[in-house]
Amino acid sequence: MIHKNHLYRVVEFAVGLLFGFGLMLSGMTDPGKVVGFLDLFGTWDPSLALVMGGAIMVGFFAFTVAKKRTTSFFGGMLRLPTTNRMDKPLVIGSLLFGAGWGLAGFCPGPALVSMADGQPKALVFVLAMLVGMLGFELMDRFVHAPRKAKLNAA
Amino acid sequence: MNIDWAHFTPFASLTGGIILGVASAIFILINGRVLGISAILGGLMPPKMGDTSWRIAFMLGLFAAPTVFHAVMPAQYITAPRIDATDMMVIVAGLLVGIGTRYASGCTSGHGVCGLSRLSPRSLLATASFMSAGFVMVYVLRHVL
Repeated sequence: MIHKNHLYRVVEFAVGLLFGFGLMLSGMTDPGKVVGFLDLFGTWDPSLALVMGGAIMVGFFAFTVAKKRTTSFFGGMLRLPTTNRMDKPLVIGSLLFGAGWGLAGFCPGPALVSMADGQPKALVFVLAMLVGMLGFELMDRFVHAPRKAKLNAA
Repeated sequence: MNIDWAHFTPFASLTGGIILGVASAIFILINGRVLGISAILGGLMPPKMGDTSWRIAFMLGLFAAPTVFHAVMPAQYITAPRIDATDMMVIVAGLLVGIGTRYASGCTSGHGVCGLSRLSPRSLLATASFMSAGFVMVYVLRHVL
């Protein structure tokens, strides 16, 4: 008998595959295309606006359905984000991310796919990104969390 | 504003975008999860007990995409990526993207696609912020320096 968890793993693999395929077809895995989109004052490549538009068009319907449900179609938990905070980490983090995105033309998904496609610079980018993520995690655990605990205790 | 007609790919980009939307739709409706790359990957740095197998299954799918893409797509859709950035720039960019996306709890997929799809004001602010920073960075790189 197939365990339900196995079915989830298959869907997760398939969704990853589909997403990576979409990224390649859309042109997101070409940093030149990303930078061409971000270059509003040069010769502008509008392609990425269509990528976002196409994705949101479909996503809007999916999330409209999801918001009305409490469980997924498989009966599992439906984990919609619950935070609405418009805080400093959100803006500062996004500004840092955007600066990095413009600098090399890679965001996380396309960089991972491009790395798997054998692009050496994508591999360098992904390694640096993992260091950044781990660095943030360590900061959060050993600097932010103790500071917060101190504030709460005071 | 001049449009770069030579590189504009309306059909492939719109179709690719729709596929990204379909993948995000399946993920929230069947798996009950938001498809956000930085969160899925970030959760593995470091890995936590009982919360890794789904992330790894997704990542393996993502890594299999280029092989499948090259196998099924006609040659006209396969273009060599243009990377202008030097290794040093790529390293700095990777660090910024790693720290920034974790600090902001999302990137182009989680905030940009899923967040905007569910009309989240928080994700709209995040998307406006990273887009603006991207526009400014490219403006400085291409037209100031």
